[in-house]
Amino acid sequence: MAALGSPLRTWRGLLRELRYLNAATGRPYRDTAAYRYLVKAFRAHRVTSEKLCRAQHELHFQAATYLCLLRSIREHVALHQEFHGKGTDGERGNEGRFRGLLTSTYASS
Amino acid sequence: MWRSCLRLRDGGRRLLNRPRSGLTASEGLGRKPPIPFRAYVPPAERKKFYQNVSISQGEGGFEINLDHRKLRTPQGKLFTVPSEALAIAVATEWDSQQDTIKMYTMHLTTLCNTSLDNPTQRDKDQLIRAAVKFLDTDTVCYRVEEPETLVELQRNEWDPVISWAERRYGVEIGSSTSITGPSIPARTREVLVSHLASYNMWALQGIEFVVTQLKSLVLTLGLMDLHLTVEQAVLLSRLEEEYQIQKWGNIEWAHDYELQELRARTAAGTLFVHLCSESTAIKHKLLQG
Repeated sequence: MAALGSPLRTWRGLLRELRYLNAATGRPYRDTAAYRYLVKAFRAHRVTSEKLCRAQHELHFQAATYLCLLRSIREHVALHQEFHGKGTDGERGNEGRFRGLLTSTYASS
Repeated sequence: MWRSCLRLRDGGRRLLNRPRSGLTASEGLGRKPPIPFRAYVPPAERKKFYQNVSISQGEGGFEINLDHRKLRTPQGKLFTVPSEALAIAVATEWDSQQDTIKMYTMHLTTLCNTSLDNPTQRDKDQLIRAAVKFLDTDTVCYRVEEPETLVELQRNEWDPVISWAERRYGVEIGSSTSITGPSIPARTREVLVSHLASYNMWALQGIEFVVTQLKSLVLTLGLMDLHLTVEQAVLLSRLEEEYQIQKWGNIEWAHDYELQELRARTAAGTLFVHLCSESTAIKHKLLQG
């Protein structure tokens, strides 16, 4: 089985990503359908008398996968805007791309 | 050179609609009228045209509403998904867009559109064959002979995954340093084909998508069977690249950019398959007494 870590950590990560997503709209993340669905799903899988619950593990896996999706999209967009976005187009923009390489190789120039 | 690239990028519309002579085609030498621009603007450049996103349940499944309009696929079909969780995730994608609609961040929407429209017109058998074909050139089966540290890394990280897959499915896969790749027994192919046949059409679209991203059927099976997390599968898929990064350094705008994009696509595909495959049923325990 995949090493997922603690469900609480996944839950906190999901809340953080939902907060980021809704920060721009100004709407509280608790009003979103995604939040309500996740709360319902996590609560439903707590109520079980089985000690080893495959459904619980599946839910955690899906939650962790969704967290990975939200987090990696956010980081991808941030990298896109920093290095590949329209604000850095034209000749000037290319300086940003080589910033790390050139300045470290030709530090004195 | 750049002008010709621009021409290619716009699909040749400039060539068709504005000939160099300056005359419109209809005024020209009796040629056919120009092909009109498509009315459909690629969503990647569209401004956000809605305020509220909601889901509703229709006859065919769950639908997405952008204000009062129902979301449609690129081919004009009504956007319907079989699972509520998937609908909510798609709605969240649309809701999280800000000034412009960035389609390249909406992987779940894209997967749903592909499943609904099936633009490549592939049936279930073709999708399964496409996925199993990857086994011949599976990343985790293709080994290098040098440097020794990379050989050892591949052995330590990839052998356990192959052993897991062989045990789980009762097949032989193996690995190879030959340029032709591993020789996969016919029985292995048959077993995996019949396993994949148990998935529905939507899930298969997702599986084939993940296989193409990771360049590995074995890693994809690990994800579908909850044996690997997305981060683990992506790391294993990029093992040699990670090895080179550790040796030569990381370039944020290239390596991290590709890493995050691969993670996003793999996570979307994996989640898509799981949400399309599950069926939830609540069974109430009867109290006997």
